[in-house]
Amino acid sequence: MRHVLSLLLENEAGALSRVSGLFSSRGYNIESLTVAPTEDASMSRMTIVTSGSDEVIEQITKQLNKLVDVVKVVDVSEAPHIERELMLVKVRALGAAREEMKRMSEIFRGRIIDVTDSSYVIELTGTQEKLDSFLGAIESELILETVRSGVCGVGRGDRVLKI
Amino acid sequence: MVLTGAEIVVRCLQEEKVEYLFGYPGGSVLFLYDELFKQDKVRHVLVRHEQAAVHAADGYARSTEKVGVALVTSGPGATNAVTGIATAYMDSIPIVIISGQVPTAAIGLDAFQEVDTVGITRPCVKHNFLVKDVRELAATLKKAFHIARTGRPGPVLVDIPKDVTAQRCEYEYPEKVSLRSYNPVVKGHSGQIRKAVQLLLEARRPMIYTGGGVVLSNAAEKLAKLGRLLGFPVTNTLMGLGGYPASDKQFVGMPGMHGTYEANMAMHYCDVLLAVGARFDDRVVGNAEHFMQEPRKIIHVDIDPSSISKRVKVDVPVVGDVGDVLDEMIACLEATRERPDAEHLALWWRQIEEWRRRDSLGYKNSDEIIKPQFVVQKLWEVTGGDAFVATDVGQHQMWSAQYYKFNKPRRWVTSGGLGTMGFGLPAAMGIQLAHPGSPVACITGEGSIQMCIQELSTCKQYRLPIKVLSLNNRYLGMVRQWQEIFHGNRYSESYMDSLPDFAKLAEAYGHVGLQVTKPGDVEGAIREAFKRKDDLVFLDFQIDPTENVYPMIQGGKGLNEMILSTEDL
Repeated sequence: MRHVLSLLLENEAGALSRVSGLFSSRGYNIESLTVAPTEDASMSRMTIVTSGSDEVIEQITKQLNKLVDVVKVVDVSEAPHIERELMLVKVRALGAAREEMKRMSEIFRGRIIDVTDSSYVIELTGTQEKLDSFLGAIESELILETVRSGVCGVGRGDRVLKI
Repeated sequence: MVLTGAEIVVRCLQEEKVEYLFGYPGGSVLFLYDELFKQDKVRHVLVRHEQAAVHAADGYARSTEKVGVALVTSGPGATNAVTGIATAYMDSIPIVIISGQVPTAAIGLDAFQEVDTVGITRPCVKHNFLVKDVRELAATLKKAFHIARTGRPGPVLVDIPKDVTAQRCEYEYPEKVSLRSYNPVVKGHSGQIRKAVQLLLEARRPMIYTGGGVVLSNAAEKLAKLGRLLGFPVTNTLMGLGGYPASDKQFVGMPGMHGTYEANMAMHYCDVLLAVGARFDDRVVGNAEHFMQEPRKIIHVDIDPSSISKRVKVDVPVVGDVGDVLDEMIACLEATRERPDAEHLALWWRQIEEWRRRDSLGYKNSDEIIKPQFVVQKLWEVTGGDAFVATDVGQHQMWSAQYYKFNKPRRWVTSGGLGTMGFGLPAAMGIQLAHPGSPVACITGEGSIQMCIQELSTCKQYRLPIKVLSLNNRYLGMVRQWQEIFHGNRYSESYMDSLPDFAKLAEAYGHVGLQVTKPGDVEGAIREAFKRKDDLVFLDFQIDPTENVYPMIQGGKGLNEMILSTEDL
């Protein structure tokens, strides 16, 4: 089962490698991992998308909690939550494909944020599935590069991850 | 008060009441060594290899309740220490390792003797720090000691660049540590404890299985009290030996791969298992799936939540300090008149006695050739069961665990989790320094001892009268045993040719060495060794090279599938 774990961790050098090292040394899956500072400069927020049986997820959560730099761990996918991922796609935009690409971008509520006479950079935000389906909807030969941020997640309503 | 980084480190060690610092100097730690030179409160012990510095700090910590401390230089100093650090990590031993690092400006530039110490040690420490600012040095050392000794203990490394040890700042040792991200649970959940006690009271075939956690939490007396209140059988893991008195009639020996028949059968067929400070590791329960097929309720008390339901699904988890939880369990039991059903308990004991009569530790002694079990038994007799015993890893380690009956905790010092050959002698140094005047034995083999034999030199320098008992069978015995059983007697690289004359080698280091070849001389040699209170005596016992460790559970088999002797194969 897929899970989205949210972590608050000390904004210290090496904290990221402690978390990623734990996953590789214990053989846990990482689908994506994002990390950035929060409004409190002493803390970072990390979102990890992982998968495993209930027992494995329980172990992952316990092992993460054991790390001295980890302040708090929540499985946001346990309850209603929102997931978003940002994607930048550079596509070839020549001739007939130029108009088609613009149309597709609009259908997916993307924004063209860079234009040259032969290419676009399209910015797209949404769930993993939405970004996947955009990539599936455009001609794959036209994709020059894809950059994805990895998933960010937050609980709905009153569920707050804070100390 | 304005001090240099080096002065601050030494001050912090004094504040932590560190008696001994096991270390080895080098370029990056010269300022530190200069400060050590100027004082005499923290005594430095110069080992001959950094691995030994960490093992010695480890042995010191295991045999006391204190944090062991080691000091190594950057680069190879730190990498040599890694085996020691991993050893302590696997067995949850509180030590602090201070490592020198190249100056901050040189970090990342492949400087001479530079290595990413924090990166290399990260997977085998409880926590580590790189101190880049001298103003954080005192607080970091305070945190290091705090993290090492609290919760589930473990090694903590502090990496200090050379320039930081030279810089100055205002010094004050913090009185308290507060870490928002580190607050280990101490007190167990009282509802869970009540549930656990209820299960124990209703048990018909109960079993108490305890590990290193009882020793680390200094809870042996509490365990004994609980054991007496309930009248249940008790088994101690390799790490937990001495946690419950081995001479007590409720003690059924060690469980696991080379445990006793009765301990393993009782573990397997009990209906309620109380696990205390133990972690159901593969050498204890063997095949976890096979173990879980038998219906039983498991209560698991541990300070580390991640140890619970890791290999074996648990019914009643209790997270907390073993000592605190045992206290509360005892209080619960004392508050009720209810007791386990005596009739069922008696039946269960009858069954256990029947298993015990199999005498799984029985062996055929010989007048011709020295049997290793006999040596350990004699050591036990001569020392009245009261020596500190450090071991290396292999057959001799298992024989020591089986035949030396420990009645007190912290007497038995062995590398259980990592299984580090070379651990015994340096660990014995730490023990002997912590307990001057007490008998300290290092049981080893001719394979293991050669992995840290250079420490005989350290033993001479600090006049450590350790008794080294080498069970010399000219083979890497445990490897040979597995090759005999699982690899068709193909003894690939397990025979040791060209061994030194260990007695002479010991003499070359300035100690007393003695080779013992006849069973009749074993007891006399051990007595003589312990009479020599000021000397390290190296006893090289030429033992039966074909002797195997029994009983045994083969890999992948269950606890009820033991082999008692070669005839069972």
